Amino acid sequence: MTQTTAESPTSKQRAQLKVRTLRTDRWWLVPALTFAGLMSFLIYGVWAIFDKSYFAEPYIAPFSSPCLATSCPEGARFLGLAPFGDWYGLPPGLLILGLPGGFRLTCYYYRKSYYRSFWLSPPACAVSEPHKKYSGETRLPLIIQNVHRYFFYLAVVIGAILAYDAVLAFRDEHGNWGHVGLGTIILVANAVLIACYTLGCHSCRHITAGRLNHFSRHPIRYKAWTFVSKLNARHQQFAWASMYSVMIADLYVRLVAKGVINFPFA
Amino acid sequence: MGYKAKFRVWRGEGGEGQLEDFTVEVNEGEVVLDVIHRLQATQVPDLAVRWNCKAGKCGSCSMEINGRPRLGCMTRMSTFEETETITVTPMRTFPVIKDLVCDVSFNYQKAREIPSFTPPKDVKPGEYRMQQIDVERSQEFRKCIECFMCNNVCHVIRDHDENKPAFAGPRFLMRIAELDMHPYDELDRKESAQEEHGLGYCNITKCCTEVCPEHIKITDNALIPMKERVVDRKYDPLVWLGSKIFKRSGV
Ligand code: SF4
Ligand code: SF4
Ligand code: FES
Ligand code: FES
Repeated sequence: MTQTTAESPTSKQRAQLKVRTLRTDRWWLVPALTFAGLMSFLIYGVWAIFDKSYFAEPYIAPFSSPCLATSCPEGARFLGLAPFGDWYGLPPGLLILGLPGGFRLTCYYYRKSYYRSFWLSPPACAVSEPHKKYSGETRLPLIIQNVHRYFFYLAVVIGAILAYDAVLAFRDEHGNWGHVGLGTIILVANAVLIACYTLGCHSCRHITAGRLNHFSRHPIRYKAWTFVSKLNARHQQFAWASMYSVMIADLYVRLVAKGVINFPFA
Repeated sequence: MGYKAKFRVWRGEGGEGQLEDFTVEVNEGEVVLDVIHRLQATQVPDLAVRWNCKAGKCGSCSMEINGRPRLGCMTRMSTFEETETITVTPMRTFPVIKDLVCDVSFNYQKAREIPSFTPPKDVKPGEYRMQQIDVERSQEFRKCIECFMCNNVCHVIRDHDENKPAFAGPRFLMRIAELDMHPYDELDRKESAQEEHGLGYCNITKCCTEVCPEHIKITDNALIPMKERVVDRKYDPLVWLGSKIFKRSGV
């Protein structure tokens, strides 16, 4: 049997295949599509944050909600609050951007997707990565990913606000209840998808009961865990669905605000 | 019904070697391992290949087929085009003994480094009382057939041999998760999972899950839950504070 010695370390005893991969399928397709998908979201996001038409009674664009500055139109302010006064001159969307942004950035699924498609670590399974050294999430900066659960707590709040916005969308542009426009439907669908994504979070799964060793002693938490586990199994799908739904909802509201789409259908 | 397939097989010892081309007969219903065996019987009597059950249950016949880690006995020839050249190599992450046979002792060494199941001292064998829901999670991990394809595909050691001393690989991080979730295991394995067995190296890119022939959700059900448990112990100030105030353990 071959022995590992100083002259012949195990790395030399591994099959010395000179090629990066012997895969014959189109392994680059998924990382390429992922890259394109995530980039489109980033580009849209940057545009949306600086776009001023984020409010069209009764709809508020998700990227700018909750609106917390005095520069927000009266009806757009969350519960009428405006803790950020006149001194705040930047787009109000910037104030809250970090919450959903940080949540998705540290999400276990998104981590997988950008480690693979942006950092190529690895680009696909059994395809070697281009980096000389690798320490994973053992040290700074990537060890910070461990804050994810705190972003989860904040994301629950944001999710609830988007649901509240969706409820308000059942009023018409004069504030009378009973309106159901295309915008209402889009905002409701978005709120539902965001909720499915948020509650399917691995940290949520851990908090409900994943951290316990005796499920039988905690029947209610176990039930919650079972429910979260079901959503969690589809976490990737909900990540993409909710990312696009929030983009579509946001764009839709802006188009209404810009007068491209008009009531009563809006 | 049979046809002649083009095979390209790695031949060599201790890392040195090359891909050699063969034309081999294939019959209906055969798997890659059958064809390798025919090659051995008709053309290359000294071709080394490890196998045992031919039923996907012993985990011996792990190899890489067209660059993907697969069980030779579970990869049907019908999944390839008849005109395709099929490349078969040994697992890339472990030293080669000969041809398709690897020295997988890395895995045995990692297995030994994990403290075994540690029940409370006053509970004797036969006295364990557990409900199904309490052991269900661990049971999924017990389906493992120790083919080591997950450790083979994991880029942490596949692409970085120097990480081997620090990283137990998905197979054994899953073993740690199995024990940590076990209602009767008394050892606290969170600190050591991170510090001694290299859980932090995993960047949850899920290749282990993709190749597992038992379809164990290694990343979602073992590695990520274990990462979350480590956060409880090492990185979450609130949980730390709570554990000091309420002194809860063994929940
Ligand atoms: S998920 Fe983690 S353990 Fe599994 S292959 Fe990827 S890096 Fe390795
Ligand atoms: S977890 Fe799956 S891939 Fe890994 S050794 Fe076990 S059966 Fe093989
Ligand atoms: S949101 Fe994806 S894992 Fe938490
Ligand atoms: S020979 Fe046993 S798993 Fe293939």
